Amino acid sequence: MTKRFEKGHVNMANRPQPSFPEPDTQHFWDGCKEGELRYQTDSDGNVVFYPRGHSTVTGDRELSWNVSSGMGTVYTYSVVRQNRMPGFQELGAYAVAYIDLDEGFRMMSTIVGVDDPTTDIHIGQRVKVEFEEQAGEDSFPIPVFRPV
Amino acid sequence: MAQERLAAIAGIHEYPLRVAPGVSSMQIKAESMKRALDDAGLDWGDVDGLYDALDGEGGGGLGLAAYLGIKPRLLDTTQVGGSSYEFHASHALRDIAAGRCNVAVTTYGSTAASMRVPIGTGGMGRGGASWQQNMEAPYGSTLISNYAMVAHRHMHEYGTTTEQLAQISVATRKHAMRNPEAVKAMTDLQFVKVDEITVEDVLESRVIADPLHLLECCMISDGGGAAVFVSPEIARDIKKKPVWIIGAGEATKYRENGGDITTSAGAQSAPAAYGQAGVTPDEIDIAMIYDSFSITVAVMLEDLGFCAKGEVGQFIEDGHLAFDQPGLTLNTDGGGLSSNHPGMRGLFLLLESVRQLRGESNSQVDGAKLAVAHGNGGLLGGTHTGGTVILAAD
Repeated sequence: MTKRFEKGHVNMANRPQPSFPEPDTQHFWDGCKEGELRYQTDSDGNVVFYPRGHSTVTGDRELSWNVSSGMGTVYTYSVVRQNRMPGFQELGAYAVAYIDLDEGFRMMSTIVGVDDPTTDIHIGQRVKVEFEEQAGEDSFPIPVFRPV
Repeated sequence: MAQERLAAIAGIHEYPLRVAPGVSSMQIKAESMKRALDDAGLDWGDVDGLYDALDGEGGGGLGLAAYLGIKPRLLDTTQVGGSSYEFHASHALRDIAAGRCNVAVTTYGSTAASMRVPIGTGGMGRGGASWQQNMEAPYGSTLISNYAMVAHRHMHEYGTTTEQLAQISVATRKHAMRNPEAVKAMTDLQFVKVDEITVEDVLESRVIADPLHLLECCMISDGGGAAVFVSPEIARDIKKKPVWIIGAGEATKYRENGGDITTSAGAQSAPAAYGQAGVTPDEIDIAMIYDSFSITVAVMLEDLGFCAKGEVGQFIEDGHLAFDQPGLTLNTDGGGLSSNHPGMRGLFLLLESVRQLRGESNSQVDGAKLAVAHGNGGLLGGTHTGGTVILAAD
């Protein structure tokens, strides 16, 4: 388990896993196993994210899957100092962020690879996705972001 | 003003204790309903409408009517988070005006403190599979960190400072110290300092989720209460002066690709409420705003039209908020920050608005005629609702 503010603060191998069956997000998470950050677009080119079975603009059910470059910008963040949920409780300070991907979708994630999350993260920072391996057989790697 | 007087709040009760071991939420709901009816001079058997927020062990309108032992002709179980009670007032205005009921009640009961429910820091996403949980649960976002993300973005875009946000906590505590129930609440919940606080006190309190400090976060208490909504005909014969519901608005907002997190659902619900009421923000005397956190109030002051988006820092520095300052007055009961927050504070926004418009507040604003109660339910930086209710003195 990483300690508070430990240099290179990164890995948490026991994050809550997505639960299935859940038809909207299955293909997204399958992509994480392939090292792909997948997102949808509708026939008019509108980005649909989080994944769903319909376009949130038109209601159209004909959606395409695409693979993101994984490059994005920190839209906003917070550093959690207190979380009573097991796993996170022992983690020390860690970041939660909304990342705006270059393809135009926003996702919640965390930012890894900083010495001190309370000082080394800022809005507008450029970040790139990586997939954090998780403990347990056949578990889904979790997409997290690292400053570039 | 030529407002329509279609429905009124006739009776209120706020459960006095914030630590109430050995009492169930259902008992709090039933006792509060009785006392609110007493406040209005109405009887148990007069109730023909029931609104419920699915709180407690009641199972919503389905179970609550049975527990209470009443058979209302209108049943509305609307659960949209802490703003549910503003939605109930909105629906009561609609339903009473349509003749669907004449004496309606909404009740609230919670034992969140005694049950040690970690509302703000318990982590989220332990529920079953859902499209949203699957995308967010791995990251350990807490409720507080979600609101904190709004604060960071607001500071980034508009230069809002922690010192400015802290003034919200300072003004609210000032009001709380004048409210004996709030003082008892802070004492019973073992606040470190049961006294007025300074900006420095706020900044020196520990950070829970950057940039929000402990003293910018609401308490977790037990509690509850009730409000009685009546038709104009009933309102003529009640014990106290009715407080009129003259406008209401409802809205929702959520995480959107490219969306502006610093603007809440309130920016949609407030204009609807003002429009129905036929009033403008500059006419409002009292703002009862859901102060889950300092940032919630800051965003709502803008979205309710008291200042332009991004200008709340200057608005606060100009010296509003406290009851003895000129201009708009905020949360005169002490708010969720310093008086009462059992999880869904929306009801108390209505109750203190009624007290102000009756002239009964512990921090009374002389001649208060118009109040706005605005609840925010859910996550300010994620999926949330905004419920705005405009109330007028008789």
